[in-house]
Amino acid sequence: MFWSADPERPRIWLMLAPTLAVVVLLFGGGLFFALIQSFGFLPLIGQTGFSLAAYAAVLRQSSFLASLLLTLYIAVASTLIATALAVAVALAIRATMRGRQALSFIFQFNLPIPHLVGAVAMADVLSQSGLLARVAAAFGLIDDPGQFPVLVFDRAGFGIIAEYVWKETAFIGVTTLAVLHAIGPEYEELARSLGANRWQRFRLVLLPLMLPGVLAASVIAFAFSFGAFEVPYLLGASYPQVLPVLAYKRYTAVDLAARAEAMALCVIITLVAGAAIVAYLHVSRRYLRREAD
Amino acid sequence: MRSAESPAGPSPPRPPLLRWFVLAAMVICMLLPIIPLVIWSFAFRWSFPDLLPERWSLRAWRYLAAPESQVLPALRDSLLLAGAVTLLATLIGVPAGRALGMYRFRGRALIEMLILAPLIVPAFAVSLGMQIVFIRYGLADTFLGVTLVHLVPATPYMALVMAGVFANFDRQYEDLARTLGARPAQVWWWVTLPAVLPGLVVGALFVFLISWSQYALTLIIGGGRLVTLPMLLFAFARSGDNAVTAALSLVFIAPAVVLLALIARFLGAAPAAGGIRGL
Repeated sequence: MFWSADPERPRIWLMLAPTLAVVVLLFGGGLFFALIQSFGFLPLIGQTGFSLAAYAAVLRQSSFLASLLLTLYIAVASTLIATALAVAVALAIRATMRGRQALSFIFQFNLPIPHLVGAVAMADVLSQSGLLARVAAAFGLIDDPGQFPVLVFDRAGFGIIAEYVWKETAFIGVTTLAVLHAIGPEYEELARSLGANRWQRFRLVLLPLMLPGVLAASVIAFAFSFGAFEVPYLLGASYPQVLPVLAYKRYTAVDLAARAEAMALCVIITLVAGAAIVAYLHVSRRYLRREAD
Repeated sequence: MRSAESPAGPSPPRPPLLRWFVLAAMVICMLLPIIPLVIWSFAFRWSFPDLLPERWSLRAWRYLAAPESQVLPALRDSLLLAGAVTLLATLIGVPAGRALGMYRFRGRALIEMLILAPLIVPAFAVSLGMQIVFIRYGLADTFLGVTLVHLVPATPYMALVMAGVFANFDRQYEDLARTLGARPAQVWWWVTLPAVLPGLVVGALFVFLISWSQYALTLIIGGGRLVTLPMLLFAFARSGDNAVTAALSLVFIAPAVVLLALIARFLGAAPAAGGIRGL
């Protein structure tokens, strides 16, 4: 297309300018200052050189590897479980005739509930004297809170994963419902008329059609849970800690030199979350090209 | 047109048992975590292994209303902050939404990616980097500084919601009003605004919630000086007073409930909710 003659062009950029200012100055500025501080450029404490010392110091600590693995494991596990549950529930809601409105409402009711409240609720449900432990006691499975498995403040991050699954299933699920709605029933009916059975209709028709949308929501959920701070800060064990909590601890340490290390951790978090998104864009582009062929 | 009889013959009716199980499990798992919050907020003593409290009381709710809990000032600050963020994000984001939704121009895909980035890249990491600049300009630990940092997720969200709204807006209505002699302000007030208002209201409500729910950004830039509801909730959760924590949690999710009710009323189901994250 040919746009250069558009007389509205200056107006378009004028409309975009305030939002771009917020994104470039505040968001871009934050990234930029995190980056230069991670290289040790901290004029506030008299350091004006550039080095990779902070990265070396971070990588040398044994706690870093434990934190990285814990963060990855929590983000991957919660995203995979939430995606599988979201797709299963969305398909079940779609196949239901009566009460579909009410079911979709319940399915997405926790979307606007803050993660902090989700974390408090998970502690009330999963702790050793929580609701599940009481139910277990009522059934005579345990006599004493100590016999109930440790599910919050645990080193395996179970409570954190449970909170993310609770919230992200709704998020991915609502997206999946919207995607399914957009696809409509025609393709499946066509496949059915050609003799495809239920599994074939799902595997060969529905799944490829819904995958791009579902995957996009999953990647967003992954990037969020990899970089989120408050749920693990409240529900996590004291060791190992997820990367954002580790970064915050280094940042608030009395030792000012630890700031560069905190920034290095921030850069690493941003790089991993960014890499997931770039990988998704790469895969989805290739996927779309293949579909177009 | 769908045909009742397909060439392969009518497929046998599928046993809906599995579907019922999935849906029942979903309803239980979605609602279960909220139940102990409600019970705890009215509990005086609720010791293991009782399924219900031995004694009920309004202690937690009375404490929230009492001056020593600091809930009322925190509520005021949270409302002011979320209100300011919503107002600013709307003023800043709506024009950008119009530009993205109604015009095709070179570089649009890139601009869209740029505006999307703050919603996907963890804001926590970025705000830690930002704090040093905020200290330098006296914005750290201030209401204005926290408002600015909340704009980082709020503005792009508003812009992208409005891009979707304006993409469905037919420009010919504006052209028609102009031909009939309406001034730009009149066109906006009588033609454009009524058309985009439902989307605008939904976007503004979600932006309000983004700011309302924010813990990490307020903690880092506010430095513990600006005590919003989530800061207080976190302190109570750490202190181990389950009843007060539960009651405050319910206060904290009240706007979310109101919002959901409003959206369900105005729009039927809420497909717009698919866009929210990080709340």
